[in-house]
Amino acid sequence: MKSFVRRLGSGDEIAHLITLAFAASVVLITLLLVYELWTHSELPRQHFGWRFLVTSTWDPVFENFGALPFIYGTLVTSAVSLLLALPLGVGAAIFLAELAPPRISHVLTFVVELLAAVPSVILGLLGIFLLVPFLRTDVEPFLKATLGFLPFFQGQMYGIGMLAAGVILTIMIIPFIISISREVLMAVPVDQREAALALGATRWEATWRVVVPYAKTGIYGSIFLALARALGETMAVTMVIGNDPRISASLFAPGYTIAAVIANEFTEATGNLYLQSLIELGLVLFLVTIIINALARVLIVVTTRKGTAHP
Amino acid sequence: MGNVTDPEVMIGVPGYERPLADSEKEARESVLKIAVNRLNFLYGARQVLFDVSLEIMEGKITALIGPSGCGKSTFLRTLNRMHETVRGTRAEGEVLLDGQNIFDMDVVNLRRRVGMVFQKSNPFPKSIFENVAYGLKVNGMTRRAQVAEVVEKSLRRAALWDEVKDHLHKSAYALSGGQQQRLCIARALAIDPEVLLLDEPCSALDPIATAKIEELLFALMGSCTIVIVTHNMQQAARVADQTGFFLLGKLIEFNKTDIIFKNPAQKETEDYITGRFG
Amino acid sequence: MNPRLGWRKFVNVLMLTLTGLCALLSVSVLLIVLGYLGWNGWQYLTWTFLTHLPAPVGETGGGMANAIVGSGKLLLIAALTGIPTGLLGGIYLAEFGGKTFTFLVRYTADLLNGVPSIVMGIFAYTLVVLPMRHFSAWAGGLALGVMLIPIVLRSTEDFLRAVPMPLREGALALGASKWKAIATVVIPASIRAIATGALLGLARVAGETAPLLFTSFNNQFWSHGLNQPTASLPVMIYVYAIAPYADWHRQAWAAGFILLMLVLIANIGARLILSRKSLAPRG
Repeated sequence: MKSFVRRLGSGDEIAHLITLAFAASVVLITLLLVYELWTHSELPRQHFGWRFLVTSTWDPVFENFGALPFIYGTLVTSAVSLLLALPLGVGAAIFLAELAPPRISHVLTFVVELLAAVPSVILGLLGIFLLVPFLRTDVEPFLKATLGFLPFFQGQMYGIGMLAAGVILTIMIIPFIISISREVLMAVPVDQREAALALGATRWEATWRVVVPYAKTGIYGSIFLALARALGETMAVTMVIGNDPRISASLFAPGYTIAAVIANEFTEATGNLYLQSLIELGLVLFLVTIIINALARVLIVVTTRKGTAHP
Repeated sequence: MGNVTDPEVMIGVPGYERPLADSEKEARESVLKIAVNRLNFLYGARQVLFDVSLEIMEGKITALIGPSGCGKSTFLRTLNRMHETVRGTRAEGEVLLDGQNIFDMDVVNLRRRVGMVFQKSNPFPKSIFENVAYGLKVNGMTRRAQVAEVVEKSLRRAALWDEVKDHLHKSAYALSGGQQQRLCIARALAIDPEVLLLDEPCSALDPIATAKIEELLFALMGSCTIVIVTHNMQQAARVADQTGFFLLGKLIEFNKTDIIFKNPAQKETEDYITGRFG
Repeated sequence: MNPRLGWRKFVNVLMLTLTGLCALLSVSVLLIVLGYLGWNGWQYLTWTFLTHLPAPVGETGGGMANAIVGSGKLLLIAALTGIPTGLLGGIYLAEFGGKTFTFLVRYTADLLNGVPSIVMGIFAYTLVVLPMRHFSAWAGGLALGVMLIPIVLRSTEDFLRAVPMPLREGALALGASKWKAIATVVIPASIRAIATGALLGLARVAGETAPLLFTSFNNQFWSHGLNQPTASLPVMIYVYAIAPYADWHRQAWAAGFILLMLVLIANIGARLILSRKSLAPRG
């Protein structure tokens, strides 16, 4: 105790306690966030219970709220973006980590990271004025003509809709997949690669059969991280998805996501039940993204540990 | 390797210059500065020092030698409790500085009295002047004239003044490796420590830079108690009054340098200094 | 050459080319974004835009001076709340922390970093707007500040950990206490990198729109002080882009141009500073 007081005098204990308090505030803020979301979504939980998640009426006038269309829209747009971003992102990561000369890889990676820094509202702006017209006049007619027998590519072509949202999300999550996948690929020990090459594998075979499987877990991690980001992305999606709470199979049709409905209706929500229903949507979004993020972090930590000497 | 121990051979080696004859040194009264009693040291569950006891005399140079991993650096770091920066270490036993146990002392105060110079020079990313003034400032000296005076004195004691006096405000990183190490010594000397610990200070330096540092150690003798860890036996033979030989965490032998090198009592010591070791 | 080997070589070249195309496509997206926005934005960027208030609905002209100032206010609040918290927390993680608690804080920070920004908006709404009963710069700035904390915390921790251990030991051996060694040697050695990390964090939250929609809200006029609804560039871009007026669209382009330039300059500048080894080279 005496030595504690003396150390307090030297300032070490004070500095320790102060910085500890700020570090702990990160945990406290997160807990407070959960608490706030939970207590401010009491009403809809009492009113609707689990029905909230599986019914599809969203009727502010009669105060009847079901989140299914938003959950559906969120899942579909995220799925579309993953389908597009996964091959593109992993392919690009393989190129940057394995094939490109270091200097070019460096520059391209930097450009990709810049892409990640573009604010989502700006991608939304380009979405409205560049992507949507392009989808309406070129891409969607083409898809309808070639793949129109599938239920996903039928019906009116508006341009705005779930396909547009999926494409915008693709652009937003690709940098994540590329930069993290590239990192885990580069963490694969050189001897793995050399062993395969020495056995007479071509460059591609060494990469695809040895290096990529080795880094598999980390790549999954990057995909989860990208997924969490896609699920929670708000602005760009809100601007191009059409904001219509309907469940339709066609990707051409307008839809709605959880984040978008919060963004659009929060300031207009009249009555506590309406507002709290939106907050409960936020809670759902929070829980889903946090679980996916937690998984992703574990996967990434596991692979980079396995591959490299430094902790 | 046998002739290494012969002081005659050392004459002509740059920097070799004994300021006092052995007999004269004997004549001077030896005062006990640090007494180590049964020191044990553990890294987690692994013990790296076993029951080390030795006595270090005031104003003398004490060298610690031994193969790498023998615990000599760990021992040195215990003397000003630098080991506490590493988590999971534990030192047991007694280290008395002027009769007071250092483990009961305030650690900051202890390090003020027992300075340390590290294996790799570690100047701060500041100017040469700021580096030397650092210890003064953290210890509360604020008057600029006084600080400048001590900085100059310290740089002179470290035999660096003439080389840097015209660019004191340049970055310390502009100096050569040997100069950086002497800067670190000057930095340590600035707060006028009673004891100076040097952890293989010459291992990264060329022979000329090494000779300069050894010269500097001789010059400090008397005014400062010096403990130096070295992997270089010739260096120990050249500079030290007393030498301790460590092996596998035990202090095998500790005696006057002449005796250690010419007439060691232990078989292990003899094997090591004659190069038959390992 | 046997046909099997020939096929394998063909696949090799084909797949390698495809991965290259993937990279090219991803990179070209940024170039398209830059090019299109640059072309449109530059065209509509005028002095009036920078210095005037928005015109009333239906009239053309006007500008976004209030939104530019508003964004500045929000970022200032965010910086004043988020940077010190993240900085001190990062110092704890790098210099003081034990094992378990450090892991917990770091992991939580990563999770907090992944929370959708719209949820941060709800958080600030329930925390500030509900008790105060009105939208304000405080609420928006706080939402951005909370988002800034994990970013600054993690980058500070990483940069502090990169400071070589011998520098700390050098200071301790001179009789500096631990916090003095941190304050006078460790932090100065990494201050440029830490500041750059904070700048990157600010650049990231500067473009956030979702957390502002129902916290700082919007304002067609100057807002006085920090207690009123406050316009900001990202929210203005959103509102103007989805409005049916061609003149507003042009202004949205101009605003987008300014915002993107700020974000990109911050990012490129940070990269340049960090690549010029800011940490001590070892001699």
